[in-house]
Amino acid sequence: MKPAPFAYHAPSSLDEAVALLAEHGDGAKVLAGGQSLVPMLALRLAVFDHLIDLGRIPELRGLERRGGTIRLGAGTTHAAVGSSAEVAEAVPLLSRATPFIGHFQIRNRGTIGGAIAHADPAAEYPAVALALEAELETVSPRGQRTIPAADFFTGTWTTALADDEILTGVTFPVWGGRSGHAIEELARRHGDFAVAGATVALELDDDGRVGRCAIGLLGLGSTPERATAAEATVTGTAIADVDAQGVGEAAMAVLRSVPADLHGSADYRRRVGAAMVARAWRRAAQEALHG
Amino acid sequence: MDEIEIETRVNGLARRGRVEPRLTLADYLREHCHLTGTHLGCEHGVCGACTVLLDGAAVRACLVLAVQADGAEVTTIEGLGEPDALSPVQEAFRDHHGLQCGFCTPGFVVSVTAFLRDNPDPSDDEIRAGLSGNICRCTGYQGIMKAVRAAARSTP
Ligand SMILES: Cc1cc2nc3c(=O)[nH]c(=O)nc-3n(C[C@H](O)[C@H](O)[C@H](O)COP(=O)(O)OP(=O)(O)OC[C@H]3O[C@@H](n4cnc5c(N)ncnc54)[C@H](O)[C@@H]3O)c2cc1C
Ligand code: FES
Ligand code: FES
Repeated sequence: MKPAPFAYHAPSSLDEAVALLAEHGDGAKVLAGGQSLVPMLALRLAVFDHLIDLGRIPELRGLERRGGTIRLGAGTTHAAVGSSAEVAEAVPLLSRATPFIGHFQIRNRGTIGGAIAHADPAAEYPAVALALEAELETVSPRGQRTIPAADFFTGTWTTALADDEILTGVTFPVWGGRSGHAIEELARRHGDFAVAGATVALELDDDGRVGRCAIGLLGLGSTPERATAAEATVTGTAIADVDAQGVGEAAMAVLRSVPADLHGSADYRRRVGAAMVARAWRRAAQEALHG
Repeated sequence: MDEIEIETRVNGLARRGRVEPRLTLADYLREHCHLTGTHLGCEHGVCGACTVLLDGAAVRACLVLAVQADGAEVTTIEGLGEPDALSPVQEAFRDHHGLQCGFCTPGFVVSVTAFLRDNPDPSDDEIRAGLSGNICRCTGYQGIMKAVRAAARSTP
């Protein structure tokens, strides 16, 4: 349970971090909160010659509201996300997802950038980022770029990030108007990764119809998933006429590779997933209607 | 690999050390500072036995590298109370059978100390969520629940 030896670098600026990562190539890995990387090093599931600690780079922390969006620095801890009144107001789903992530000791260290870059298919923030069409900002020796969340998650623990690229921030759109937001998940114990879970954001138009909605799924594929087909079938429908369980079942219909393991078969996960979507839908609808 | 010089303040005392980058804060505390109250159960972030306060925040010392703690203030179980002057949380664990073998206890006491500081008047559900990151194989948790309730009442 001891990591293999590595050299440690603690840059104090992003430019320095980019240069170090470029210099050491694929033998190097960036370290953020360490809540996923250090266990992998301890178990020797991962071995790197160089770790580049992002924890001493002030530019990576903090959040900024810019009109219709809010930007969170990649190094913002789960605890800071969860306790921010600004986040709670701008992107309620992020706040509400936070208590589901591990335990408070994990949230004190883990970062939103780390959770998204780690890209666990059962993780909460990646599912929220995908469903809400977050934009992921990165930097590498080739400069900066912005990756839409829809293009970011390419497989289990794999992303569109190049080996020499650092995630610097995540920008979420702010949903206004009569909207509702809910997350539901089933885990074997509080704080465990979910067996299956769902996030729902929905917005009503002036006539009480679903103006738009976004359904994120976690633990139900090799990546976080978005139930776009189910969203399309309910958009434009009067909220009172939507059958929540039907939305849940429609959301499961698109899934291609539902995982099966000792915590549940693929069939079981689909049933749980449908129930989680239905519950989240009802709560989000309730909130949109009655605040 | 090259060792790195680090400076921390542990339980109020300044400490300097030279460490391999792969050394965890837990091993630094146990082997370099000889503070063996911080226990190691799983060494990969699952059990909570190694919980310490890092700049006041409860963290798993097996998931922090000692080099990451350079410049930080660390509080271990040894820094919370003395055998003849237990902290309110330690006192409550003793009074309410919050421990049996004691292996998990330092992690629970440190976690609960931080939890109650931030949630002075928790509901039972909040206490359960607050305890979820620590595993105990002996008590069945009911004594620990009682201890946390009592500590919440006794700390102003
Ligand atoms: C007991 C336990 C329970 C947990 N339960 C949950 C849970 O229920 N849900 C959940 O979502 N997570 C859970 N986690 C994981 C936790 O949320 C991690 O904090 C998160 O997955 C990784 O964030 P980190 O900042 O710790 O990143 P690290 O562990 O430091 O890094 C993780 C990976 O991301 C890369 N990386 C980090 N930051 C960047 C960046 N800025 N740019 C490019 N790459 C980067 C690293 O190179 C590494 O590959 C749990 C962890 C533990 C130990
Ligand atoms: S020893 Fe650190 S969490 Fe188990
Ligand atoms: S008292 Fe023995 S493990 Fe908790």
